[in-house]
Amino acid sequence: MTIQELEETANAIRQDVITMLAEAGSGHAAGSLGMADVLAVLYGAILHHQPRRPDWPDRDRLVLSNGHIAPALYATLAQAGYFPKRELLSLRQLGSRLQGHPERTRLPGLETSSGPLGSGLSQAIGMALAARLDGASWRTYCLMSDGEQNEGNTWEAAMLAGRERLDHLIAVVDRNHIQMDGPTEHVMPLEPLGDKYRAFGWHVLEVDGHNHRLLLDAFNTAKTVQAQPALIIAQTVPGRGVSFMERRFAWHGKAPNRAEADAALRELGAFRQPARTSRASR
Amino acid sequence: MTVAQTLNPNRASQSVERRATRDGFGEGLVLAGEADSQVVVLAADLAGSTRAQAFAERFPDRFVQVGVAEQNLVTVASGLAAAGKRPVAVSYAVFSPGRNWEQIRTTICYNDQPVVLVGSHAGISVGADGATHQALEDLALARVLPNLAVLSPCDAVEARKAIQAALRYPAPVYLRLTRPPTPVITTDQTPFTFGQALVVRPGDDVTIIGTGPVLYEALLAADQLHEQGMSARVLNVHTLKPLDTQTVLAAARETGAIVTVEDHQIVGGLGGAVAEYLAATWPTPLEFVGMQDQFGQSGSPDELAAHFGLTAPDIVHAALRVRRRANRPKGRAA
Repeated sequence: MTIQELEETANAIRQDVITMLAEAGSGHAAGSLGMADVLAVLYGAILHHQPRRPDWPDRDRLVLSNGHIAPALYATLAQAGYFPKRELLSLRQLGSRLQGHPERTRLPGLETSSGPLGSGLSQAIGMALAARLDGASWRTYCLMSDGEQNEGNTWEAAMLAGRERLDHLIAVVDRNHIQMDGPTEHVMPLEPLGDKYRAFGWHVLEVDGHNHRLLLDAFNTAKTVQAQPALIIAQTVPGRGVSFMERRFAWHGKAPNRAEADAALRELGAFRQPARTSRASR
Repeated sequence: MTVAQTLNPNRASQSVERRATRDGFGEGLVLAGEADSQVVVLAADLAGSTRAQAFAERFPDRFVQVGVAEQNLVTVASGLAAAGKRPVAVSYAVFSPGRNWEQIRTTICYNDQPVVLVGSHAGISVGADGATHQALEDLALARVLPNLAVLSPCDAVEARKAIQAALRYPAPVYLRLTRPPTPVITTDQTPFTFGQALVVRPGDDVTIIGTGPVLYEALLAADQLHEQGMSARVLNVHTLKPLDTQTVLAAARETGAIVTVEDHQIVGGLGGAVAEYLAATWPTPLEFVGMQDQFGQSGSPDELAAHFGLTAPDIVHAALRVRRRANRPKGRAA
C-alpha cells in the first residue's frame, strides 16, 4: 500500500470505530482512535498475513495486549478482509463475534483473548520462543498501552525477552499519556520509559505514532535488529482525528452518543466522501 | 481383575514404599518429553523442588526458566501453546494457580490453550514451611474455571501416569502435587483413565471418597471399619474435574452415605464437588474430612495431619457419624 492508501485506511478505521461505538453505546473511544494509524500500517504494509487463511502457519502474529481498543482491531481486520464489514455493527451485542474485549475462539484473525492488562507481552514471548524452537521465520508483534506499563507482569516479560535476545519480537507501546484515572505521569510516572526497556536489553525506537512514513521506517528498522527484542514507543494523541475527543481522558472508556458521533464523522470527512466499502471485496 | 487387585499388596503395612507424587511427576515428564517433541517445560525458580529438573537436563532446548515470576510463567506458556507447543508450567500451588489466577483464567482457560499447570507442595503435608506455603485452596481455584480439568494423583505411580495423560488431553489441565514421600498405593497395572474414578476397595455400608495421598488414610480407615463390622467402599477420585459422576452416583445409591477426604479446604474442593453433584441428583448424607476453613501451620506432616484431623481415625469417626444418617438403599435391611 502507498502512504496515501494507508492514511485512507486509517481514516476509514476511525470512522468505523465511531460508528461501532455509537451503535454499541459503550466502548473505549480514545485509545481506539489513537492506534488507528499504527494498526493501518501494520496490517497494510508490515505484517505477513493472509486474511482468507487466518490460520496460515507462517503468518506473523499480532497480540493485542490492550484489549480495550478492540474496536480499532476489529475495524482493521474487517478492512483487511478477515470478515464482512457489516458485522462491525454487532460490536458488544449478545452472540456477536465482536465481544467487548477480544475472544480468540470466536473470531478469525485474533491471536489471543485479551483485556486484563499486562499479559500480552508474555504471550508474544511464548509465541516467539515457539517460532525460534521451530526454526520458523515469522515475527511476533505485540501492542501495549502505556497504562499497562504499571503492571508487574509486563516487566517480568520485558526481563525475559531481553535475556532471550528475541529479535523476532517487536513490541509497540501506545504512548498516549492517559489512563483510567488521569494522565500517566500523575497516576504512576513511566519516564524515562525507553531507558527502562534499554536497561532490560531492548532496542528502543521512538516515533510519531500518526506519521505513516515514520511508522513504516520504525517497523522496518525494528525488523533488522539483531539479538535484541525491539520496542517502538509510538507517541500518539488519544482521540486522534476528533477534536473534542483529543487528549481528553474522559474519552478513554466512553462511547459517543448519536450527535457526538455525527460531529465526529463530519470531522473525519465521512459526509464529504462516503466511507470506503470493504476491502475484502477487492 | 478388579482395580483393588492391581494395588500394591504392601500398601497397608508399615514397611510400604514411600515416594512423593512430585517424584513420579518428574519421571512422567521425561517420558512425555521423549514421546512428544512439542512438550516444553517452564519453571519459576522451582525446577528442582517440583522435579522438573530432570526434564531440563534431558531437553535443555525445551526448558524455559522464567525466574521468580509466576504471572509470566503461565502467560508465556499460553503463547507457546498458541503456537503449537504443549507447555507444562511448574511452580508451587500457592503461587500457581494462587498468585497468577487471573492470567490463568484469561490467557489459558478463556483463551482455550492446552497448557498443563502443575502446582506442587499442595496441602498441609508441606509441613515445616508453614501456612504460607501450604496450598489449601488450589483445587477450588482451579475447579471453578471453565475449560480447566483438574487432576490430583494419590501417589508417585499415579502422578507419573497423570502428567502423561494431561499432555494427551486437548484442553488446559491443572495437576496437583505434594512434597513429602507418601505410601505407594497403586502399581503400573492399576488403570488410569482421565476422568474415571477408581473403586480401590469394594464395600456396601458407606463410601469414602479420597483424592491425593490422603487416600492412604482412607484405605486404613476402611480396614479399621472392617474390624468393626462395617464394609466401606473407597473411591480414588484422581480427576476432580470432570468428576466421574457415574461412579459417585453408584456409590451414593448403593451405600447411602459418603465421607470425602482431602488435604484441602472442605469448601470448593473434592467435598464441594461431590456435594454439588449429589445435592442435585441423589441427596445423600455427607461428612467432609479436610481443612475446616482455616490455615495450616508448621509441623511435621504426620503431626499436622493429626492436629487438623486428616488421619484414619478421623475418617472412621466421620464414617460412623454419617452411617447413622444414611439413606437406606432399597431392598436392604436397616
